[in-house]
Amino acid sequence: MPCIVLRMSIGHTLLGLLEAGPRHGYDLKRSYDERFGHDRPLHYGQVYATLSRLLKNGLVEVDGVTPGDGPDRKRYAITEAGVTDVEHWLTQPERPDLYLHSGLYTKLVVALLTGRSATDVLDRQRAEHLTAMRTLTRRKTGGDLADQLVCDHALFHLEADLRFLELTAARLDALRNAIRSPQAEEARP
Amino acid sequence: MTPRDPSARAVAASAASAASAASAASAASAGAPGTGPARVGLAGPADPSGTSGALLAAVELRKRFGATPALDGASLRVDAGEIVALMGPSGSGKSTLLHCLAGIIGPDAGEVHYGTRRLSAMSEAGRSALRRGEFGFVFQFGQLVPELTCAENVALPLRLGGVGRRAARERARAQLARLGVDDVAGKRPGEVSGGQGQRVAVARALVTEPRVIFADEPTGALDSLNGEEVMRLLTQAAREAATAVVLVTHDARVAAYSDREVVVRDGRTRSLAG
Ligand SMILES: Nc1ncnc2c1ncn2[C@@H]1O[C@H](COP(=O)(O)OP(=O)(O)O)[C@@H](O)[C@H]1O
Ligand SMILES: [Mg+2]
Repeated sequence: MPCIVLRMSIGHTLLGLLEAGPRHGYDLKRSYDERFGHDRPLHYGQVYATLSRLLKNGLVEVDGVTPGDGPDRKRYAITEAGVTDVEHWLTQPERPDLYLHSGLYTKLVVALLTGRSATDVLDRQRAEHLTAMRTLTRRKTGGDLADQLVCDHALFHLEADLRFLELTAARLDALRNAIRSPQAEEARP
Repeated sequence: MTPRDPSARAVAASAASAASAASAASAASAGAPGTGPARVGLAGPADPSGTSGALLAAVELRKRFGATPALDGASLRVDAGEIVALMGPSGSGKSTLLHCLAGIIGPDAGEVHYGTRRLSAMSEAGRSALRRGEFGFVFQFGQLVPELTCAENVALPLRLGGVGRRAARERARAQLARLGVDDVAGKRPGEVSGGQGQRVAVARALVTEPRVIFADEPTGALDSLNGEEVMRLLTQAAREAATAVVLVTHDARVAAYSDREVVVRDGRTRSLAG
């Protein structure tokens, strides 16, 4: 199950990177690793498997084939359906849990890279967290001491996440500037 | 006053102005007993700004303090019995919005509707009567009169509203008991803990059975446990009485006691409808 989640997220991330312009698989992998793969770079196999799935689902198309051999001769471009898919993915807040940050970070960077509203991504996430906190608070006020402890533990963690969201909201401009690398410009057709 | 909150000054000032406005209104209504403010109906004629049916609605409020813009097109709708949290960074305009909603200060532009009435169309005496009769207030601290006992503090808004001494005292005692602080009834605010003082303040806000309670950082000066307890008591009592609450807080765990959050940023409201 976690593998599927991971692969889905890689797919969306690659799509987001492709919005800047058509790229070869190798180029995409480098770009991904640079931005998101610090402790877990992609395998080539993962990149090509993901790209062929995206191709099959009509989210990318082959933009050109360079003569020669090897798997990296194809250049991929995002399709209309692919753009819609990225759009939809960005509107889905992450489940509030301990693994929020990598997922949220990825969404923020993709939103910033593609000129979408990162503030909206943050606000949706905040709403999702607050909803979870309201539910826990209601459970806590009606519960016994054990319920209270369990809920309070979760509430403190969610609160910490929210502080992170607040801080990130205040740093969006800095983040926007930081991720504007020359490589992203290069890829433009 | 914590240096962290630049609005503490404004809150303290407005607490004072609310108190003096309340006594001014009581003086005005003393000559005309029985002409308290009419309770507002919830249904109003359909209107383009979408405030119809709301208990309280702010539409496109703007307010400057000298060169400082505090509100820059803030809108908010509160339904009867609803608990709404206003969140946002310090200085974003939360307290100013609350003060405008309560008619403590007037916006430079925009309108506040209370039921079918426009606050700007009412006289200052009318707005004071509204604050005294239909609104309750809880601030961070400094709202209790230090010379009076806690029970007298809770009885004060009833006395200002023309309730007899004996009846006011009984209702004050009952409200203090409901909030678990009847044991401090005879003490002065300076002799009780922060948590007890805030519970007395909540009792005073609730005792007149208001339609709306305005609470500006009511737990801001309390530790976690006392803050939680004040929020639990305040929201439980408000829900039982179907009293609406406008709650200003920057604390997400406090906001989680609400039904809905609205974020204020740079004087503008942003609804977080999930
Ligand atoms: N009475 C006042 N005089 C001058 N400036 C004020 C006054 N009240 C508020 N402000 C300013 O207006 C802005 C919004 O303040 P406020 O509504 O208190 O924010 P918040 O409650 O969100 O911290 C701030 O820049 C604040 O300094
Ligand atoms: Mg304030």
